[in-house]
Amino acid sequence: MANRKASRAVDIAPRSLAEVRTETVECDLLIIGGGNAGCFVATEAKRLDPSLRVVIMEKAEIMRSGACSAGMDALNTYIPEGKTPEDLVRWSRAQVGGGPLREDLALSNAKELNEAIDDLERWGLPILRDENGRIRYRGKWDISIHGEQLKPIMAEKAIEAGAEVYNRVVGTGLLMDGGRCVGAMGLGVRDGAFHVFRAKSVVVSTGGAGTLYKSYTADSTDSGAQIWMCPYCVGSGYAMGFRQGAELSSLEQRWVATRTKDFCGPVDTISVGYKAPIINCKDERVMSRYAHLGGDAAPRFIRANAPMEEWLAGRGPCYCDTRDMAPELVRAMMTDYLNERPSFVLFLASRGQDVTKEAIEIYGSDPYIMGGHTMGGFWVDMRRMTTVPGLFAAGETAGGNPNKFVGGCAAEGKLAARGAMAYMAAGLAAPDEAAVSAQVEAEKARVFAPLLRGGDYDGVTPTEMKERLQRLMDEYAGGSSQFYRTNEERLDYALRHIKRLQSQFAYLKAADLHDLMQANETMDRVDVAEAVVHHLKARRETRWAGWQTRSDYPDRDDANFDCFVESRRDPATGEVTTFTRPYEQLVPGDRFKV
Amino acid sequence: MPPRILTEKCNGCEGLPESRCEEACPGNLMVVDAATGKARCRCTRDCWDCMSCTKACPRAAIETRIPYQLGYHKASLRPIMGKDHITWKCVDIHGVETTYKYRNRLAVAPGAGADKDA
Repeated sequence: MANRKASRAVDIAPRSLAEVRTETVECDLLIIGGGNAGCFVATEAKRLDPSLRVVIMEKAEIMRSGACSAGMDALNTYIPEGKTPEDLVRWSRAQVGGGPLREDLALSNAKELNEAIDDLERWGLPILRDENGRIRYRGKWDISIHGEQLKPIMAEKAIEAGAEVYNRVVGTGLLMDGGRCVGAMGLGVRDGAFHVFRAKSVVVSTGGAGTLYKSYTADSTDSGAQIWMCPYCVGSGYAMGFRQGAELSSLEQRWVATRTKDFCGPVDTISVGYKAPIINCKDERVMSRYAHLGGDAAPRFIRANAPMEEWLAGRGPCYCDTRDMAPELVRAMMTDYLNERPSFVLFLASRGQDVTKEAIEIYGSDPYIMGGHTMGGFWVDMRRMTTVPGLFAAGETAGGNPNKFVGGCAAEGKLAARGAMAYMAAGLAAPDEAAVSAQVEAEKARVFAPLLRGGDYDGVTPTEMKERLQRLMDEYAGGSSQFYRTNEERLDYALRHIKRLQSQFAYLKAADLHDLMQANETMDRVDVAEAVVHHLKARRETRWAGWQTRSDYPDRDDANFDCFVESRRDPATGEVTTFTRPYEQLVPGDRFKV
Repeated sequence: MPPRILTEKCNGCEGLPESRCEEACPGNLMVVDAATGKARCRCTRDCWDCMSCTKACPRAAIETRIPYQLGYHKASLRPIMGKDHITWKCVDIHGVETTYKYRNRLAVAPGAGADKDA
C-alpha cells in the first residue's frame, strides 16, 4: 500500500535525452488515471486477489484529481425499489433519442450500479435520506449527496486496498508487444523522469476530453478554463489508444449540456433538483415547445439544445426561473452547489445576485467527448476490453454506454477489473524485449522533444497550438459559437488544418516540465480532435441535434445511420478510416418512449 | 484572477516535502516560488476554480476569485474544513454574509467496504 507523494517541482533543462532518467516499474495491472472509475478498478482487483500488484499512474494527486476534484452534489442513477436494471436501460435509451446504444454494456453496468453506490456510502459518502431513512430521490433516478469529499473517499479506499499510486506522472503512450498492450509510459511532471510501467494488463480510465473546443468565456484573460468538464481531462487516454489502433466508437455524439451562463456550472441541480422551469426572455416556458417530445422530461440532447434554439430565434436570454423559490430551498440549492462546484456560489456572490429576485441565466456549454455521459469512447467487449488485447477501458473512456455518471463509472471500474483479471488468468507470453526497449526510447524522444528545444526556441508554445485548435473546432466542427452546427465542407476544412497542426508538432517548445506536460496534452487534443471530426463527417444525418447537428443533413436517416459510427487509425501510416457497426436491441419496448 | 495568494499568511508550507496547494491542484498549477518562498499560480487562466487549493491550505492563505470578466469586485467564499463537516462563509459584493455548514463524511465502521465478501 502506498501513495507515492510527488516532490516540489524541480527545474531541469536537459541538453540531451541521455540526461533524462528512465524509471521502470513492473506490475500485474496498470490503471492509467486514478479517478472515479480508476479507484474502483483498483479496489475491486485487490479485493478479488490481494496478491495482485496494482499500480495507478496518476497525472495529478489522487486525493483531488480529475472531474470529481471539486466534489459532487448528486448521483444521477440509483435504481429505486420497484424498478429493474432493464428499466434503467430503457430510460438511458430514451435519453439518447432511442439509440443506438450498447444495450449489452448498459445492462451489465445497471446490474452492478447500486452495489457500487452502496460501497460509496459504506466508505463514508453522505447520501441524503428522509426522516424514515429512505434515500431521497431528486428526480426519477437521481439521488442527492453531500459529495464534497467524494474524491478523497474513493482515493483513500484505493490506497487502503493496496494499490500503489504514482502521482504526477502524465500518461503519454502505450507500451505494445505486437498487437497487444503490455504497459504504458509517462512523463514525471515533478521529478522530470520518464516513467515506464510494464504490466500484464492495462485499464485506461483517464476521463473524457474537455478543452478540444473553445469555450465562449475563453475570449477574456483569466477565463481560459471556465468550462463544465474538468479542463485537466484532455482526452489523453483516447489519444494513447487511438495512436495504437484501438477502435473508437460514437465520438460524434458529443456531450453538450445546458449550463449556467458565464460560469459553466450544472443546471440539473436547479431544473431537476428544484423544479425551476426553463424560460426565455418573454417568460415563456421553453420546454412546452417540446411537449410532443416529453416536455421537461424530453431526451437530454433536446433539453440541452432548447435554450440555444431560443437564442437563435431571437428569444434569448434564457433562464432557470428561481424567482419563486422559498428561502430554505435556495439554501439547499446553494449547499448542493457548494458540494459540486463551490465557485458557482462565489460567482453568484460576485454578481451580487439574489436568485429569488433574479433568475439564473443558462446557455449551452462547449462540446466535450465523454463516454460516461454520452457515448464517445473506445469500442469495448463485455469484459471492457478494447479492440487492442490487454487494453481495457472504464468510465468516460469506454464508449457505447451513455448516462453512466458517477455510479455507472464506478460499476464499470469493477467490471473492467474483473475483465482484466480474466484476461491475465489465461496466461500471457513474455513480451519481445528488443521491441519494448526500442519503443521506450522512441516515446521518450517524442515526449521530451519540446523541452530539448527549450523555451527560447523560435517555435510554438503549447498554449498557442491549443488555442488554434480550440478556435478551429469551435468554428468548423460545430462549437457553441456555431450553435453546434457543421457541414461536410467545414469538417474538411477542420481536417486539413488538423493535419497541418500535426505536422507542426515538430515546432512545439517547452521551457519547463509543466510546459512539457502541456505540449504533450496539446498533441493528444489534436489527435482526439482528428478522430472527432472523422466521426462527425461519417454520420451524414442529424440524430441528436445539439450533440450532433449536420446542417447539410438536417434529418434523421434510419435507413443508413441507425448504427454505430466507428473509427480506427492505422498505427503504421496514421491513416484514419471510419466504418459502422450494427445496433442490437436487447431490452424490449418502444425505443422512443421512456 | 483565481487563486489569490495572501502572501502575508503563506509560508510555502516550509518543511513539508510538497506544499499543500501544489499537492492538491489537479492542474499542477500551484508552485512555491524559489525566490520568495511563497506559493503562486503558474497560470491563472488555466484555473478551473475547483477550490482544492483553497480547501487544502493550512493557513487560509489562498482565496479563490472569479475572474473580473465574469464576476464583479469583490466577493469571497471561504471553506473551513472540519473532521467530518465543512463550513463555508460567503460574502457577496454588497457585503451580505451567508454561512453554510454540513456533514461531508459519515462515520465509517472499521473495515467497512473492504473484503465484504470475505
